[in-house]
Amino acid sequence: MRGMAKGAAALAVICLIGSAADAKSLKWARSGDALTLDPHAQNESPTHNLMHLFYEPLVLREIDGTLEPALALSWQVTGDPNVWEFKLRQGVVFHNGNTFDADDVVFSLNRAQQPQSNMKAALSSVDTVSKTDAYTVHIKTKGPNPLLPAYLTNLFIMDKEWAEANNSTTVQDFKEKIDNFAVRNINGTGAYVLVSREQDVKTIAKLNPKYWGKGQFPLGVTEITYLTIKSDATRVAALLSGEVDFVQDVPVQDIARLEKTPGLKVTSGPENRSIFFGMDVKSPELKSSDIKGRNPFADKRVRQAMNMSIDREGIKRAVMRGQSVPAGMLAPPFANGYSKELDAVPKVDIAAARKLLADAGYPRGFSVTLHCPNDRYVSDEGICQATAAMMARIGIKVDLLAQSKTKHFALVEKEPPETDFYLLGWGVPTFDSHFVFAFLYHSRTGKMGTYNATRYANADLDKMIEGLSNEVDTAKRNGTIAEIWNIAQDEMIYLPVHNQVVTYAMKKEWDFPVSPANFVYMKQHAPK
Amino acid sequence: MLAFAIRRLLEAAIVMVAVALLAFVLFRFVGDPVNQMVGQDTSLEDRMQLRKDLGLDDPIVVQFGRFIWNAAQFDFGISYQVKQPVTTIIASRFPATLELALTAAVFAILLGIPMGVYTGIYRDSWLSRIFLSVSLIGISLPTFLIGILLIYVFAVNLGILPSFGRGEVVQLGGWTTGFLTISGLKALILPSITLGLFQMTLITRLVRSQMLEVLRTDYIKFARARGLSDKAVNFGHALKNTLIPVITIIGLQLGAVIAFAIITETVFQWPGMGLLFIQSVQNADIPVMSAYLLLVAFLFVLINFIVDLLYVWVDPRIRIHGREA
Repeated sequence: MRGMAKGAAALAVICLIGSAADAKSLKWARSGDALTLDPHAQNESPTHNLMHLFYEPLVLREIDGTLEPALALSWQVTGDPNVWEFKLRQGVVFHNGNTFDADDVVFSLNRAQQPQSNMKAALSSVDTVSKTDAYTVHIKTKGPNPLLPAYLTNLFIMDKEWAEANNSTTVQDFKEKIDNFAVRNINGTGAYVLVSREQDVKTIAKLNPKYWGKGQFPLGVTEITYLTIKSDATRVAALLSGEVDFVQDVPVQDIARLEKTPGLKVTSGPENRSIFFGMDVKSPELKSSDIKGRNPFADKRVRQAMNMSIDREGIKRAVMRGQSVPAGMLAPPFANGYSKELDAVPKVDIAAARKLLADAGYPRGFSVTLHCPNDRYVSDEGICQATAAMMARIGIKVDLLAQSKTKHFALVEKEPPETDFYLLGWGVPTFDSHFVFAFLYHSRTGKMGTYNATRYANADLDKMIEGLSNEVDTAKRNGTIAEIWNIAQDEMIYLPVHNQVVTYAMKKEWDFPVSPANFVYMKQHAPK
Repeated sequence: MLAFAIRRLLEAAIVMVAVALLAFVLFRFVGDPVNQMVGQDTSLEDRMQLRKDLGLDDPIVVQFGRFIWNAAQFDFGISYQVKQPVTTIIASRFPATLELALTAAVFAILLGIPMGVYTGIYRDSWLSRIFLSVSLIGISLPTFLIGILLIYVFAVNLGILPSFGRGEVVQLGGWTTGFLTISGLKALILPSITLGLFQMTLITRLVRSQMLEVLRTDYIKFARARGLSDKAVNFGHALKNTLIPVITIIGLQLGAVIAFAIITETVFQWPGMGLLFIQSVQNADIPVMSAYLLLVAFLFVLINFIVDLLYVWVDPRIRIHGREA
């Protein structure tokens, strides 16, 4: 079976290479531009997506979620469980002709750990990175880290000599008056070289003639013009008028129309992002509630009642125009630890919910303020409005405060948090439940539980979550993950709503499927 | 004249400081820039450290002092988002906004004044009625709607004009211009109509009412009685005397066109300062916002100053008054 799949994949690759003859240029539009060209300065999805044209990581996260060799050919834990060994690809050159070797990897991974780097969190488990020979690198971690390769998928490798020659061995610091050379220039190993770039206007890239992957990848796009078009209506108009070939973020209201337009094609798929509500389950009293002296959310029955009152299918139909996957747990289907049973969409049962509320001592409900962003997730404010109406059916009077993400997230991140009830979204870049537990379920400390504004703290659970980081026995580790999920589902400190769906639209001759990370790797594509 | 100019400059300085203070107070309310600067996996400790490094934890007075001190030296720092010096970013965006604003203003003046004069002279003709109806549309439809309608008709349906961007631009020293290429000129058409339509309407209506007023005055009657040609009466005497309020409005509106190009720039993805400003507000990119607000305030002050000087040139009475003061 496995061999067959491989054979089919090889055949597909051959077919794709065959079509590389009619290579052509692509105009690709998106609502936001990459923030910078410095590969370690920002940890942001559109920035990473563009960087994948020019730079490469050691390990690539394929769009189906598997890890594939990129600049590293293989990786494994050595005899010492704290040390990972990466064997590097040979014969790779940077755009300027410099040879890629272990020195570049050591340099880049150290650069990404600098205090002003925004990629440092991905490498927080790393102790030292060292070269053993020209094409072998050892990464020593602070304690065993079975997930290390999954953290490297957006850690791009720069050329050490180039960075040294151009005074960009450090990531941009705000105290400096001038910008770093690497903010506007690129020297990577990727399949495309930078031709020109105007920030927030367009970036032009052309195929790298020296790319190591020639013959292995379709490489059917010879020239890429990456355009930023912020306004939804204009971006769609540019596709309709033929001025662009591919729009990576299609507003939900235009999907039906684009599907009907001849010559255009729409693809969609679930994004790696769960949308959910969180509640303060610990404070003795909620600031925004009319109930004084006690905290309704502290009672599990209240949380269960609220969970039963949310009509997720209704939100999908009325708010999301079908573009969501209703959820019962806080992990997307492709994450390790996901369970179909736990993700079953909770049934709406108003009578049972009312009874639970009455049993908890709130027969007439209570009032509470819901904080919601209005410019962060798809239809975020609409989800909150719908939920407020649904909560009213069981007597919970929700005052909605929807505001810009810059204000919303400040409330959630404050210590102590300044919200009783809030909407949030969470993606899992490592494709492993640990990422959810560490940030959302672990009690809030300086380093962990960053987005846990529920004040929930469970010492036993914390210990289990911390144990996951160092557990090398996969079966045992997965057992612990399942155990944590059972506790998490039972405690119900969050009310999952759905996983967001992302939609792309393009001219017929192209085929860009939606990947969970919302990434498009251009080297893998060719027009039909 | 010199005293007049100096007095105006002093007033301008006061306005600038007031704007700086207002802008600074507003930044307290745009939210937290730190969340937009770091990845989701950044720990609270690191966020706190960053906040400290940016000086966001310092007392308000200290922050304002630092802001004024740096602004006085044209140092607006590094953008929180794109990590480039703010002055560089704004300088690269300024030409796009200025070219768009000037084109829109020229469009508004070249169409608005003749239409105003015509509707003033031939009050009841059917053409006047058409002009006034059109101008009513221009004044009542919101800018973004006009922009989207134009895109829909000329870009999507007819496919003759681009729906977004500036087209090909030519680099002239530190300036980029779209005036020198066909695609650049084509790209200017829809945004400048969108941006200039409201101003054109305003000018038409203002010139019309002024003309109606002036045409009733005695000196126009005398001029006619003397047998001067219609052209000399209407343009040499009547129009010239309507110009003071028209110049004021055009001047103020030019500032407004630059400042409010925000919506037009967003609809047409015009890479100017307005688009930059919108993005910086959404991400609480305070260095960019502060520099933009100060620049716009400066432009308003500058334009007002020029308008004041123009008054003196157009109307001798102000010159005499100025000398007495």
